[in-house]
Amino acid sequence: MSRLDPPRINRRSFLSLASMGSFFAALGTAAAGMFRLPNPAVLPGPVRRFKLGPPEQFAAGSETAFAEQGLVLFRDDEGFYAISSTCTHLGCTVARSQDGFACPCHGSRFDNEGSVIGGPAPRPLPWLEVSRVANGDLVVNADSEVPEGTRYRV
Amino acid sequence: MEETATQEFLHNLRTLPHSVKEACFRLGKAPESEREESQATFHNLFLHIHSVRVHLRTLSPTLTFGLGLMATASFVLTLITGVLLMVYYKPSTDLAYQSIKDIHFAVFTGRFIRNIHRWAAQFMVVVVLLHMARVFFTASYKKPREFNWLVGLGLLVITLALSFTGYLLPWDQLAYWAITIGSNIANSPRELTDAIGITKYFDPGGFQKRLLLGANYVGQDALIRFYVLHVFVLPLALVTLLGVHFWRIRKDGGLAKPEDPMGGLAEWGGERRPVFEPLATKTYGLMALVKGQRPPVNRGPENTVMSWPRLFWAELSVFMLTVATTLILAFYSDAPLKELANAAIPENPAKAPWYFLGIQELVSYSAFTGGLLIPVIVVVGLALIPFLDRRAGGEGTWFGTKSERAVFWQSFLFALAVTAGMLAFTVNYGWLRNWSPNIHQLWIIVINPGSLLVVIFAGWSILILRRKNSVRLAAVSLFTCFLVGFILLTYFATVHRGPNWHFYWWPSQWPIH
Repeated sequence: MSRLDPPRINRRSFLSLASMGSFFAALGTAAAGMFRLPNPAVLPGPVRRFKLGPPEQFAAGSETAFAEQGLVLFRDDEGFYAISSTCTHLGCTVARSQDGFACPCHGSRFDNEGSVIGGPAPRPLPWLEVSRVANGDLVVNADSEVPEGTRYRV
Repeated sequence: MEETATQEFLHNLRTLPHSVKEACFRLGKAPESEREESQATFHNLFLHIHSVRVHLRTLSPTLTFGLGLMATASFVLTLITGVLLMVYYKPSTDLAYQSIKDIHFAVFTGRFIRNIHRWAAQFMVVVVLLHMARVFFTASYKKPREFNWLVGLGLLVITLALSFTGYLLPWDQLAYWAITIGSNIANSPRELTDAIGITKYFDPGGFQKRLLLGANYVGQDALIRFYVLHVFVLPLALVTLLGVHFWRIRKDGGLAKPEDPMGGLAEWGGERRPVFEPLATKTYGLMALVKGQRPPVNRGPENTVMSWPRLFWAELSVFMLTVATTLILAFYSDAPLKELANAAIPENPAKAPWYFLGIQELVSYSAFTGGLLIPVIVVVGLALIPFLDRRAGGEGTWFGTKSERAVFWQSFLFALAVTAGMLAFTVNYGWLRNWSPNIHQLWIIVINPGSLLVVIFAGWSILILRRKNSVRLAAVSLFTCFLVGFILLTYFATVHRGPNWHFYWWPSQWPIH
């Protein structure tokens, strides 16, 4: 290569390209990091396992609403079951109606088993896992869903 | 005799007020000549964003109704009152509600300031929407103003986001349940991913909700996130975009207006005169520097006047009108504060702020379609308008092209009838889930009153496109349909939806509970 051949890339273009390249690389990395930050690594929130007391205090055929816990506990001849009272549509708390549950926010309606009978709710109300702790008290785990119709026998 | 330093110092001390005044106000008097008027405009930081001369059409109140300026004015009001509210507000779930109560009952003028903040925010939403409608119906988004239309759309989205984030801060029942619903709308892609069974692998809904709330529930993390967005991130974004918006107005040649006549005859102070044709053998460049009457070479008169003081009087009066309206509303009507947020019992009915109620009505058919899909379609559709309707014509004139007004009224009545019919049908007969409870959710996501309205509106617009053979008229019909649909749904959800989202003719008929 003779000294008269023009270089394929001169110093000015090289420096411009390098500065542009590093600028966008840094911007991209920083943006990725910044958008990753608000996505929480640990989800804060209360433990949603609720002790509801000894089974004897719930008569067969009874239903008991636990508003704070967001669930309704039922007891029939086959055993206990708990239905979540958080609407599967947009998270409002459903209230008991004549034929089941009704949501105040957007008019979703569910039957006594929590199945959708009207309105925009996409899924039935979840049935929650019922169990007992060592001292015999009933415990409902509101974060654990069980198939509809599951009963807990005491 | 030579002046001593002491004398000079004393002299400067005596003339101090005068020299300070001269340094601050260079002209020192009201401008008298056109040259001084132009200096008054471009030597002032706050005025130099205006051009020195302004077109007479721009000053015509019925071109713009001052809507953009009203939006800016109400934003300034929320900014000032917002800073004042920040002095006492505490973004904590334990303290927020009490601090709002303090502001309302204990802080001197706190209640009035909060009312102004609330009314200015509401006013801002209204005028931003009206401003967009004005720009659309005067075809002011056309070349070269496409980019500014996009900036304006960004400002609309930020305005709504500011309202939404501000809604949580009082931490009352209204706030808590509105944000529960709102964050679950962010979560609503799950409705779709659940329906096709891929939530385990791909869950954009859950991601959005966690990003918004920082948790699975509306709690302290959500409150602080909304606070940061509301008092810092969104206002900063809005101010930035507002700067770009204003700057582009200047760069795009001021407000959109029809071309001034070129050549031939032109209007000249009430009479028509021939336009001065240049002679090839003469130069006219220097004539532009001559003060006073000068020949408009080869073009009609510009029909401009000095911005000082006409434009500034006009702007100041719109600004003061906004302030007066807001103050009167704030004086007579209090911003609501319900009971402390209670996660166990929702309000019944739990209604979003009125400008989101149209969306809430759609959401009551399908959360994903009504809360996310249709709003995204609307925003994308609005963004595309200036790029799909590119033929020049009608700029800066209300319903400027041929038969535009007729298409507007036809579309208005059509959309009114279709939306009312759809609402009446849904109220009377329910929808798919009521007829067949076990139907697959995918059907409801795809076919619901909201999505049907979108399809019907699109069909109507295509019909106009083919019948009238004009992209602009198709755009007018579609925009009108969505505008009418939005207004009617908002009205319907505000007045006719009661407890359990049931239909009532009037709120007075709601059951007492």
